[in-house]
Amino acid sequence: MSRPSDHYDSPAPVAAEGIVQPRLGFVGWLRWFWRQLTNMRTALFLLLLLAIAAVPGSLVPQRSSDPNGVTQYFTDNPDLAPALDKIQAFDVYSSAWFSAIYLLLFISLIGCVIPRTKHHFLALRAKPPRTPARLARLAGFTTRPAPAGTDAASAVDSARGLLAAGGYRVALFDSAPQADAREFSVSAERGYLRETGNLVFHFALVGILIAVGFGSGFGFSGQRVLVEGQTFVNTLLAYDSFNPGRFFNDEGLDPYKLTLNDFQVTYETKNLKAYGQPIDFTAGVSVTRRGQATETGEVKVNSPMRTGGTDVYLLGNGYAPSITVKNPQGDVVFTDAVPFLPQDANLTSLGVIKVPDGLAKQLGMIGFFYPTQAKATSGAFYSSFPDLEYPLLTLNAYAGDLGLDAGVPTSVYSLDTDKMTQLTGGKTGTKSIELKPGETQQLPNGLGSVTFDDAHPGAKTGDFSGSVLRFASFDIHNDPTQLWVLSFAVLALLGLLTSLFVPRRRVWVKAVEEADGSVRLEYAGLARGEDPALESVVTALADRHSDLLLSSQLATPAPERT
Amino acid sequence: MNLNELSILSLYSAMAVYALAFIAFSFDLAKRSAAVSQAQGDALRSAGPESVRSAGALGGTATLTRISARIVNDASTPYGRSPSLRVGVSLTVLAWLIHLVADVLRGLAAGRVPWANMYEFAMTGTLLIVTVFLIVLTRADLRFLGTFVTGMVLVLLGIAALRFYVEVAPLPPALQSAWLVIHVFVASLGTGFFALGFALSTVQLLQFRREAALGAATSRPAGSVPVGSVPAGSVPVVSGPAGTETPGWKNPLRFLATLPSAATLENLAYRVNIIGFILWTFTLMAGSIWAEKAWGRYWGWDTKEVWTFIIWTIYAGYIHARATRGWRGSRSAWLAIVGFSAVMFNFGIVNVFFKGLHAYSGL
Ligand code: HEM
Repeated sequence: MSRPSDHYDSPAPVAAEGIVQPRLGFVGWLRWFWRQLTNMRTALFLLLLLAIAAVPGSLVPQRSSDPNGVTQYFTDNPDLAPALDKIQAFDVYSSAWFSAIYLLLFISLIGCVIPRTKHHFLALRAKPPRTPARLARLAGFTTRPAPAGTDAASAVDSARGLLAAGGYRVALFDSAPQADAREFSVSAERGYLRETGNLVFHFALVGILIAVGFGSGFGFSGQRVLVEGQTFVNTLLAYDSFNPGRFFNDEGLDPYKLTLNDFQVTYETKNLKAYGQPIDFTAGVSVTRRGQATETGEVKVNSPMRTGGTDVYLLGNGYAPSITVKNPQGDVVFTDAVPFLPQDANLTSLGVIKVPDGLAKQLGMIGFFYPTQAKATSGAFYSSFPDLEYPLLTLNAYAGDLGLDAGVPTSVYSLDTDKMTQLTGGKTGTKSIELKPGETQQLPNGLGSVTFDDAHPGAKTGDFSGSVLRFASFDIHNDPTQLWVLSFAVLALLGLLTSLFVPRRRVWVKAVEEADGSVRLEYAGLARGEDPALESVVTALADRHSDLLLSSQLATPAPERT
Repeated sequence: MNLNELSILSLYSAMAVYALAFIAFSFDLAKRSAAVSQAQGDALRSAGPESVRSAGALGGTATLTRISARIVNDASTPYGRSPSLRVGVSLTVLAWLIHLVADVLRGLAAGRVPWANMYEFAMTGTLLIVTVFLIVLTRADLRFLGTFVTGMVLVLLGIAALRFYVEVAPLPPALQSAWLVIHVFVASLGTGFFALGFALSTVQLLQFRREAALGAATSRPAGSVPVGSVPAGSVPVVSGPAGTETPGWKNPLRFLATLPSAATLENLAYRVNIIGFILWTFTLMAGSIWAEKAWGRYWGWDTKEVWTFIIWTIYAGYIHARATRGWRGSRSAWLAIVGFSAVMFNFGIVNVFFKGLHAYSGL
């Protein structure tokens, strides 16, 4: 079956000891190298190496899946991290060494599978091999006397019928081992599907690799945070962050409009053991594609929306308190719903407000938002429930230079206070600003005022449920080869199933004419690969064949021999 | 008493019955060892090569009661029925029933499938391990693995009850998916097969060591007797060179002589492991489909994905090893053992201590 030479099923190597290797030329070396690369031992070695090489990526945070973890790792291990970075420990799965291993493995795979495919095509056309001279040493060897009067040729012919009906490919042979005796035999083979399945499986793996490679090249993924009421247009600039594949071309973006109409959250309130655990997140959205009517839809966790050639996933959510800052004259200098990043399960959230213009000095504020504020014995605030039961916003104000003019991009979620003076909270002696929805407070030093706008001002007193807007963070992806990957994976699974469960075997039935004119029947089999049922199959064949011979003899009495 | 409390009560009862089954199975192993000593003693008393041969012949013909036609039992020392073995199996079935009740009650209490956090994985996973064991028993006599299976299940359930227990809670949105049902269930089922494969491979290695020591011991004095031509285990070995077959009470592994040969064990292990491998392949694929729906990418090298991949690759290596000259036998058995260790690591360590998106341990 043209498997690699060190497959256990291949003939044992001829001992080469003592033979002086002829000097290999360049081509000889190449050939030698190729043979090494495509043998089972190398495949096994590379497979195990791949398994080992995958381990470090689970021990050290990866840029691809956990970029914040990498930043944190650099902070925590300032000496170790750069060294690890040099050996691409933070990008294990795209590292040179990891790629080298799997590329070699796949080259080995291709080099292994192509000759096997050729060989298999030939085997599919070839006749089953000639019956071995002695069956007695083979698996399940069984011998039965043929019913009296059966002649050898027709006995073998009926066995051929049985085997052919059982899905075997068959070939008849007759031979005369001795002058006065003749032997008729049928050689049968089945289970070619086993090898087919194996080849399909290995080819499908190559298919997966190629499809994955292309998918990452032509696709993209981007993130966008939307506060309730906000709209996003699917263009490059509208993304908060965007990771294009190598061959990505932004002309392919369909500029549809996506609006987050509302964001519904349900928290567990009945089961006290799981009090406050989220049960459902639903983003109600409307989508307008070019030249089409607006459609409304839902995006949920586990239930993305497929639109305009992209898949839209709901990956996160939180509160976006609306904040308005006015100058001492009462003119609005800042008003916006600012997404605050959740810090814990009860959505204690952290946010930053930057007011660069319109006040005597640049103003920065770091705020904590507590959807249901509670006070620990230490006096610290925390949130005791993720929904809006008793919302409170606390702000610490800083005045000075926000550092926005340096031309260095800064994160909207962090405030660099190096060149700023703290005005409230901490050691300033001035209390932090504390606001409930709808409340306004003056900033220190007569800078102006800050208001925590109530998003639902008409509500009954004490009902805060609609007082603060929520935001949803969406991941928007396009992976043009995803379906290909799935198809190859399914193909691989099917190939695997056939290759592991279809038995490949040879079976022989031989009818030997004895000197006294009687006919002796012999049955035996040979497994090609794992075949636990072989022996019972051979015995069952012998039984059925005997029955068949007997019944056909009863039906048509053997003609008188002359 | 609510459903969950009933479930806990059932679980503890099941553990008690598993413990009894474990004792019965251990007792059976001890009896096997005693039977081996006995056989060896008999052989020694009637010394002489002829009687040795006949003891071996006996071993060749004896078959265990429920062995399927497909699997040869080629134990070197005949060992048929033992009441403690039957008691062990009956108790295991009983414990499995109570375990099943505990699992179903937990599901009813939660109003969903009972495999959404570590406690529940452990409970359902061990239930499946025992289920696989009992089903395989109807096809092949692997009752000698009872000590291993009940022992392992007991340890896992103990850890689950003491360390992983969490109250019934509704599913967080990320887990609300039909793929939870499929993916986790198939993974647990695969784990059941891998567990059996692990046990078989371990016994295979021990058996191989014993056979090798025997071969060395018997071929040495005879000088020309080829290894393997003398029925192993029936040979009176006074002191094997490796000391593995020392008669008397010294060697706690004497019962190995009543178990199938290393080659048979290897075939059994392979069959069990490839079923596990197929289920694991499916787990990997179902997990990717789910990840695509939940996180927007089908593969992102999240820690849990990494380990699922590592396990898959190790077992692919195992299958290759079985087909590679020089790697059949003990070396491939080691790969199966490493593979199952990775499965356990993935469950017990990665879930609890590694950071990743799969934050569902409930701890
Ligand atoms: C990505 C790397 C590979 C993986 C994941 C892989 C996986 C597998 C699996 C799961 C099987 C068992 C199922 C079946 O028979 O179809 C298998 C069988 C086989 N593989 Fe691979 N393989 C890889 C590469 C290779 C390479 C490079 C070679 C050639 C050197 C090779 C040669 C074979 C052979 C000959 C078999 C049949 C084994 C038997 O006779 O039981 N494979 N492989």
